[in-house]
Amino acid sequence: MKEIRYVITDALGLHARPAGLLVKEASRFPCAVTVGVNGGAAVDAKRILGVMKLAAKQGMELTLTFDGPQEEEAADAMAAFLKANL
Amino acid sequence: MYEGTGRPVYSGIAIGRAYLYRRNSGQLPAAGGDAAAEQLAFDQARETARLQLTELCEKTRRELGEEQAMILDVQILMLDDLDYLDGVRGRIAAGASAAQAARDTGEEFSALFAALEDPYMQARAVDIRDMAERLVTILCGGDSGFSMPEPGILVAEDLTPSETVQLPRDKILAFITRQGSANSHIAILARIMNIPSLVQADIALDPALEGRTLIVDGFAGRYYLDPDEATLAALTAKRDEELARRRQLEAYRGVPTVSRGGRRIQLMANIGRPEDVQAALDGDAEGVGLLRSEFMYLGRDNFPTEEELFDGYRQVVEQLAGRPLVIRTLDIGADKQVDYFGLEKEENPALGYRGIRICLTREDIFRPQMRAIYRASAFGPVSVMFPMIISVEEVRRIKAFCETIRAELTAEGVPFGPVELGVMIETPAAALISADLAKEVQFFSVGTNDLTQYTLAIDRQNAKLDEFYDPHHPAVLALLKMVVENAHAQGIWAGICGELGADLTLTETFLRMGYDELSVSPGRVLEIRKTVCESEV
Repeated sequence: MKEIRYVITDALGLHARPAGLLVKEASRFPCAVTVGVNGGAAVDAKRILGVMKLAAKQGMELTLTFDGPQEEEAADAMAAFLKANL
Repeated sequence: MYEGTGRPVYSGIAIGRAYLYRRNSGQLPAAGGDAAAEQLAFDQARETARLQLTELCEKTRRELGEEQAMILDVQILMLDDLDYLDGVRGRIAAGASAAQAARDTGEEFSALFAALEDPYMQARAVDIRDMAERLVTILCGGDSGFSMPEPGILVAEDLTPSETVQLPRDKILAFITRQGSANSHIAILARIMNIPSLVQADIALDPALEGRTLIVDGFAGRYYLDPDEATLAALTAKRDEELARRRQLEAYRGVPTVSRGGRRIQLMANIGRPEDVQAALDGDAEGVGLLRSEFMYLGRDNFPTEEELFDGYRQVVEQLAGRPLVIRTLDIGADKQVDYFGLEKEENPALGYRGIRICLTREDIFRPQMRAIYRASAFGPVSVMFPMIISVEEVRRIKAFCETIRAELTAEGVPFGPVELGVMIETPAAALISADLAKEVQFFSVGTNDLTQYTLAIDRQNAKLDEFYDPHHPAVLALLKMVVENAHAQGIWAGICGELGADLTLTETFLRMGYDELSVSPGRVLEIRKTVCESEV
């Protein structure tokens, strides 16, 4: 299992648009991907409603876990995605 | 006649028949037949919905822009959300019809979002319901059931994004919604379409409204149902006058601001936040002559970081796409409620610790702001001006400070552009020493509100003083003349960014004095341009 952490710098936070993009990015990989905020309960990063309900804001820390096939690639891709979009 | 009120989101007057927006809310088949058949119907409806939304999303992207389109894109993702699909599957297995399951599961998730603390996410409840209702409509074999054969006024509870983009726009004269806000989809659409509209209106959505005459007054925030003859005549006249005025002004859109005598003046907009840039562009301003910085500081409980400031300024620069921008540095004082500044209460805040006086003594406030402004200048033309100046010494200190900021950024390898520095002439002192100030900076911008208040020693907030107040006082006009002459003697430009700049009775006077720029509220640009173009000066 892999884990990455990322503090949101985007002023709007994880609003609908980046949440949608994050779900699309996570869905590219076969491994299970979860996302949680500030150490709270994690949700499936491939489910848009759950990700939006996190209501993650600027300054909050996201924790993502990757478990299963291609978890390395998924973690690298997600780290790059977060840096570019959030 | 019945008269009611609402919050106007766009001015103007519309008169027409009422159309009540109705959703197809026919009875759903509550119980399904065979669960497998219902599930299959649901899966097929989902594919149809995906095609519809994809098409709608493209149309929206072309017509309304990326941001509105993304809302629909997220709805496509919701169609595939496993939590939603599980919910539907469970209900169908328990005997519900596909349509009922789609609606109930949508309502369940919509309610979860409506209960979130975050106002942005609360508003997303509408998107979930919108997605679910689309499925219901497909399953029940209907369309939204709404059409407008004749032009009219649309009355609705509120409209979802996909309803909004599917409206027959060529037929709508105005909107009245019971809910909504200045930022709801319908308000944005009203501004794009330039039609008068009211949100949060106290109107009953009675089917009996259909086809009756309605007047929407977007100036006063009122509507009239079944207007009597006198009201109808008065508002028809007002509407025609307004339309004629707008048509006349439209002729001046995109036209150079040059008088008959060949004097050219730049017409810019005063704005207070990045969201206002659109209004400036819609108003046909040639750029922004005053961006107040206070928006970054008010309504929060700590100082904005350099990154936040940079982000705010950059948004404005980028939206202006190469048009000039003049940023005024923070002009805050004890008269504004900003607790985290820790300002002491003052007997006389107008003459107190404010504007540049704070910046020059609080480097921790000034530094991030100036760094942010310089960094934003890498993205397009930026000038900066400083408020409440009274001496050459202050200006030299500011210039030295800016020099250190530029050196820092250069050393860090951070890009920035050529930023012109200017002084706001707001005090009689600055006007009287403008010959010396002109040697230090690249432009002047006269803040006439403060200049008038300080010259006449009259507080504009005090209504008792109205009889003594003369906005055209010869002392103020003499100072204005002196300022522009001193600017030109040193080869720098001078503009006016106070209320007086939009005073049409003075436009010719300013032209004659030789002012190079007027910066006014976005909606005033065209009428001032008309006045300039018609002037013989």
